[in-house]
Amino acid sequence: MGSTPDYYADVQLLRGRGSWVKLAILLVVLVTLPLVFPGYRIFTFNYMAIFVIVGLGMNILVGDTGQVSLGHAGFMAIGAYTTVLMMTELGAPFPLALPVGGLVTALFGFLLGLPALRLQGPYLAIVTLGFGLAVTQIIGHSAFFGGHMGLVVPAATLGPISLSGDIAQYYVIVGSALVLALCARNLSVTRVGRAFRAIRDSEIAAATMGVDVAYYKTLSFALSAAFAGIAGGLLALMTGFISPGVFTFLLSLMFLAMVVFGGLGSIPGAVLGSIVMGYLNLEMDAFEELPLLGPALESFSSRFMSSAGLPNVGWVVTGSLIVLTILVEPKGLHGLWIRLGAIVSGRSAGSSGPPADPSGPPAGVS
Amino acid sequence: MLAQVLAGGLSAGSIYALVALALVITYKTTEVPNFAQGEMAMVSAFVAYVLMTDFQTGFFVAFTVAIVFAFVLGYGFEAVILRRVRNPTHLSLLVVTLGFQLALFGLAGWKWGAEQRQFPFPVSANEVLRMGDVSFSTLGVATIGISSVLMVAVFAFFRFTKLGVAMQATQQDSMAARINGVPTRRVVGLTFGISSVIGAVAALLTAPLITLDTTLMWDPLLKGFAAAVLGGLNTPVGAVLGGYLLGLIENLFGAYISVEFKSAVAFLVIVLVLWFRPSGLFARHYKRKV
Repeated sequence: MGSTPDYYADVQLLRGRGSWVKLAILLVVLVTLPLVFPGYRIFTFNYMAIFVIVGLGMNILVGDTGQVSLGHAGFMAIGAYTTVLMMTELGAPFPLALPVGGLVTALFGFLLGLPALRLQGPYLAIVTLGFGLAVTQIIGHSAFFGGHMGLVVPAATLGPISLSGDIAQYYVIVGSALVLALCARNLSVTRVGRAFRAIRDSEIAAATMGVDVAYYKTLSFALSAAFAGIAGGLLALMTGFISPGVFTFLLSLMFLAMVVFGGLGSIPGAVLGSIVMGYLNLEMDAFEELPLLGPALESFSSRFMSSAGLPNVGWVVTGSLIVLTILVEPKGLHGLWIRLGAIVSGRSAGSSGPPADPSGPPAGVS
Repeated sequence: MLAQVLAGGLSAGSIYALVALALVITYKTTEVPNFAQGEMAMVSAFVAYVLMTDFQTGFFVAFTVAIVFAFVLGYGFEAVILRRVRNPTHLSLLVVTLGFQLALFGLAGWKWGAEQRQFPFPVSANEVLRMGDVSFSTLGVATIGISSVLMVAVFAFFRFTKLGVAMQATQQDSMAARINGVPTRRVVGLTFGISSVIGAVAALLTAPLITLDTTLMWDPLLKGFAAAVLGGLNTPVGAVLGGYLLGLIENLFGAYISVEFKSAVAFLVIVLVLWFRPSGLFARHYKRKV
């Protein structure tokens, strides 16, 4: 059994005194980032911010409510296609199409939440997995959705501003991520978030305490889907092209991986996990360009593995990270942070195990 | 026409039945669907492929080595990874199998790339045997034959050997089994080994039908899940029947309704079954272990 740390003794992004100062610092950093970094880095930031949005949504569903989803790439696809089709078919401007995409995705999330009312973990995993695959299958086979060839995203504008440059997109995407992060945080400390966690900890107990389990479970699915849908719309904006091949089962797995790695139920953890996994996913095609590690990996691949398969190292790393997270620190980065904090503040009563000591809490902690 | 469609369904269903059986055996012991199942089988098929092409061994040597490899992989996965999960919950075990799946998929892709390879097999998918109006490929006949023999052997093993009974006891109540002297840890490991072997046979039969690449078992795994859900995740016999049934349903759907959405049928089946009969067609009432 791991020691039970103070539930709130972690990074307090926006709680108590000084939270506004922290928010202000964060804002300043985020606003100045694109002015400091070169263009291709901004593309990376945009990609990571989109992952962060999905991660926040996954955290609501998996971390807070304790449900599982292997189909979030499907939600992302629904959001992306709705946004694009709103723009092409109805001529809606992007700022309108994006929230509509989120709403439509929320509706699908609600629908997928209905079977979740009757299903326990493994069954739910299979249903969501099938859902994700079915979405891309249907999109891939329908001419209306552009089939396997995909759809080109029309040029988007925000009022008079064109949203075609990386920097303009940066402000839209990172801005959305920040707003959604604040929403997620507020959600988690209010009545709704508490209801979610009550359901996660014990459905029966929650129902006994007067939590409407059916309502909150479907709500959790809908909200989580909406996050993924908005992320999908933003992904369409960023890449300018969407096809069913983007929203694979592996992507859904990646989404689950990022909240597990970050630490289930922790928003800073979800954000950090998403950033790490988003980076990994984007850099997968270019591992050989990494400093130091890159050439070593490349020579290892050509000697023992195959150099064409090098991008797959990303999956190996992701998979191993998930397994190690569960084996070593089931609370993920969030849990590591708490342990680190406990050691730094000397609360571990002098015993100084390494921060990632897998053998459990240091002896002497009551 | 109908007989031909049914015959196609039977040979597809054999694969689904094998995968479903492999899933159910381990599901009953851990209450977790092993998502790494498909990837473990895929890697085993690659082991056979490498032996046959790079080392020029005969098929039966390669087949045997792949089976042994699959057993060790399954046992090792349980003993080295799954057993070490602290505070195992549904979610954490599920996530571990997914992580292992991803890591295996990555390793296989790293080693063998995305290339599609012809898998050498003694019988071919293009040779045709005629039985009245119905024509079978020799591969189809081999698939149906090998899988049914294997399944009968597995059921006999569970029913008539001491180890098989010990496995069933562990599945039903691991605490009680341990009190009665069953070495449950080793038994659970062996269960994963056997499950992995069954999956590997499915992979070895699938590879010559399509081509061998790292996504070999994705589709069969989903179908296997669908079959297991259809028949009942807790009943091995039900899962096998579910596999055959799904093969038939799918082929009928493909023949008479829509070929394009043939593989989406599996999902439809899952949803319908879970909606109307959550514990599957052939299962007794599903009770959650507390």
